[in-house]
Amino acid sequence: MSILIDKNTRVVTQGITGKTGMFHTQTSRAYAGGKQAFVAGVNPKKAGESFEGIPIFANVLQAKKETGVNTSVIYVPPPFAASAIWEAVEADLDLVICITEGIPVRDLIEVRDRMRKKKSRTLLVGPNCPGVITPGVIKIGIMPGHIHKPGRVGVVSRSGTLTYEAVGQLTELGIGQSSAVGIGGDPVNGMKHLDVMKLFNEDPQTDAVIMIGEIGGSDEEDAARWVKANMKKPVVGFIAGVTAPPGKRMGHAGAIISGGKGTAQEKLAVMEACGIKVTKNPAEMGRLLKSVLK
Amino acid sequence: MKIHEYQGKEIFRKFGLPTPRGIACFSVEEAVEAAKKLGGAVWVVKAQIHAGGRGKGGGVKLARSLDEVRDLSKKILGMNLITHQTGPQGQKVRRLLIEEGADIARELYIGMVVDRGTQRVVLMASSEGGMDIEAVAANTPEKIHKVFVDPASGLKDDEARGVAKKIGIPDSALPEAAELLQNLYKCFWEMDASLAEINPLILSKANKVVALDSKLNFDDNALFRHPDVVAMRDLDEEDPLEIEASKYDLNYISLDGNIGCMVNGAGLAMATMDTVKLFGGSPANFLDVGGGATAEKVTAAFKIMLSNPKVKAILVNIFGGIMKCDTIAAGVVAAAREVKLSVPLVVRMKGTNEDLGKKILKDSGLPIISADNMGQAGQKAVASIAAKRKPPIKAKARPAKKKGRPAKKARPAPKKKAANRKKK
Repeated sequence: MSILIDKNTRVVTQGITGKTGMFHTQTSRAYAGGKQAFVAGVNPKKAGESFEGIPIFANVLQAKKETGVNTSVIYVPPPFAASAIWEAVEADLDLVICITEGIPVRDLIEVRDRMRKKKSRTLLVGPNCPGVITPGVIKIGIMPGHIHKPGRVGVVSRSGTLTYEAVGQLTELGIGQSSAVGIGGDPVNGMKHLDVMKLFNEDPQTDAVIMIGEIGGSDEEDAARWVKANMKKPVVGFIAGVTAPPGKRMGHAGAIISGGKGTAQEKLAVMEACGIKVTKNPAEMGRLLKSVLK
Repeated sequence: MKIHEYQGKEIFRKFGLPTPRGIACFSVEEAVEAAKKLGGAVWVVKAQIHAGGRGKGGGVKLARSLDEVRDLSKKILGMNLITHQTGPQGQKVRRLLIEEGADIARELYIGMVVDRGTQRVVLMASSEGGMDIEAVAANTPEKIHKVFVDPASGLKDDEARGVAKKIGIPDSALPEAAELLQNLYKCFWEMDASLAEINPLILSKANKVVALDSKLNFDDNALFRHPDVVAMRDLDEEDPLEIEASKYDLNYISLDGNIGCMVNGAGLAMATMDTVKLFGGSPANFLDVGGGATAEKVTAAFKIMLSNPKVKAILVNIFGGIMKCDTIAAGVVAAAREVKLSVPLVVRMKGTNEDLGKKILKDSGLPIISADNMGQAGQKAVASIAAKRKPPIKAKARPAKKKGRPAKKARPAPKKKAANRKKK
C-alpha cells in the first residue's frame, strides 16, 4: 500500500490561516482523496471559524477530539514551529509532518529531547521538508502532485526538488511510487533515512527504494549499514554535493561538510560497500532503479 | 553567522568566562593608545579576520615595547592574511585586537557543536591545545574527551569537573575550570551558537584558566532572537556577491569554476553542480533561487552570476512544482535581454507548464540551448565553453567520465551524443 499515510489518514493543518498553509491546504485537498483527509485546522485566535469548509480549532487536542485526526501538517512560522510540534506530540497523534523551514536548532534539540523523554510514539517528519505523498491516495505537503504515479517504488530524500527529480524520472519511465518521503534538510530532525527505510522494508507494496542524500552528517551511512544487514529489497542511491566545498552551508542548514566529515565521496563509498547501487549522475536515478527491478 | 575573536570575547565576558584584557582597534594610533591603556610590558597584536589559522599566517605577534606595538600594527593592519581557511586569495586585515600578554603554563582545547546523531550539544575537550584539533581527532582520538549534554539539565557539575580533570587541570583549578565549562555551555545555548571554540584555553603559571582565544558561530535560523549578534556582523569578511544575493533572498555561494548555475532547491542545486563536474566542467557557484522565484529575482540572479568574470556559460535547471516553468522562462528571457547576455545559456526545465516555458524560450529568438534532462544540461554547458574556446576544431564534447554502472546500458548514451551533434 504505502508507508506513513494512506486513505484512512485524517489531517489537521497547524497554521492553516497563513498564506503558505492556505495555499498548500488547497492543493493537497484537491489531490486524490484529499477532500476526505483534510478535516481540521488550528489557530488559537480563530477557533470556531473555518477555512473553505474546514473547521478551525483552538488547539490540536481539540481538533483530535472533534474530528478524529491522527496526523498533523505544520506550516507555522519558524519562531513558533517547535511548540507546534510539541502540541501535536502532546495530543498523541500518529504522525507530525513539519514543513516549516528556518527553525532554530536549539528549539529542535529541545522538542526532540522532550519527545524522547516522554517516550512518545508520535513520528516526526521534517522540519524543512516537502512532506509525504502516497500517489493517487493522499498528498500532505508542498510537492507537485501531478508528477507522481501510483506504484511500488519508495523514495526517501533530504531534499525537496531532488525528490521531485527522482519521482519525475520514475514516472517518465512508467514506474510508479508507493510513497515518497522528504525527511528535510535540517541537521536536527525527526525521522532519518534509516527509519523510513525500515518502513519501506516492511511495506508489502514497496518493491525497491531510491535513497537520496546530501553532504553533512552520517544519516546515509547509518541507513546503508542497516540496509546491508536487514533490507530485503533492492536500494539505489544518489548523494548530492560531490562539488560542495567544506565548511560552507549549501542552502540546507544540514548540508555542510564540517571537520572533514559528511562528504559525498565518503557516503557514496559506504553505500556501495553496503550493496547499494549508486550513480554519480542525478539524471540516471530512475534508470538505475529500473535496472534493479525484477 | 561568524564574528571576530574580540566580539566573541565580549560575549564570553558577559557569561563570566575569564579572558585577557584587550581592546579592539581600527588604526595604528588606536593600537598604541590601547597598549598604553592596558599597561604592562608585553602585548599581543592579533589580526581580526573570521578565518582560523591566523597565528601560522603571521597575523598574531608578541610586542615587548610600545614601538613594537606600533611597528607590528602597521605591518598587520591592511596586510593580506593567508591562512588555510582563507584560501589562496587571503583576507585583508582591517581590525586588530591588542591584548595584555599572558603567562602560559599549558594550552588546552575546548569546543562545542551540535551532534546530529544524539541531537545534543557535545562538549569536546583535549589536553592538546593550540594545535589543529582536526589533526588531533584524526591521529589521537583518545585525547579528545566528549560529553553529550542533556538539554533539560545543562552541563552538570560532575560532568564539567570530570572533563576538566581528564584534560589535566590540577585539582586546585578544578572548580573554576568546571565553572568555565558550564558558562561556555550556557553561552552556547542561550546565544544559539552553532560552534564555540576556545583554542587555546590556557592554564597560567598561577594555575588560572583563561580563554586566550574565542571562536563563536551562530545558528542563522535563530538570529531573529539576537539583534546584538546581528549588530556584530562584519560585511568586509563576507563575499560581496553572497551579500548581494542575500538582499534578493537568493542562496548564493561562490566557487572556483566557470559555469554559473541557477537552480531551484538546495539539493537540486548541488546535484546540478555535480553534473557539471561529472561531464568535465566546473561550477562557478551554488545558487538556489528558492520556491517563489519572480522575474525580478531571476534577473538579480543572472546579474550576480555574471559579475563573476570567470563565468563562461550559464546553466539554468528548474524543476517546476509550485513554481511554474513559464514564469521562470519569462524571467530568464527578460534577464538575458536586460544583462545583454554574451555567454552561452543552457536551460533545462521540467514540471508544471513545461511546454509553455519551452515555447517562451524558443520564441524569444535568443540563442538559448535547451536540454531535456539535467545530465544533458551539464554536458551541453560544458560543451558550449569548449566550442567557444576553440572554434576552428569541431568541438568534441569531452566524453563523460566512465561511470561503469551496469544500469547505464548502451542505449541512452548514443542518444545523448546524437543530440549533441545536432546542436553543433
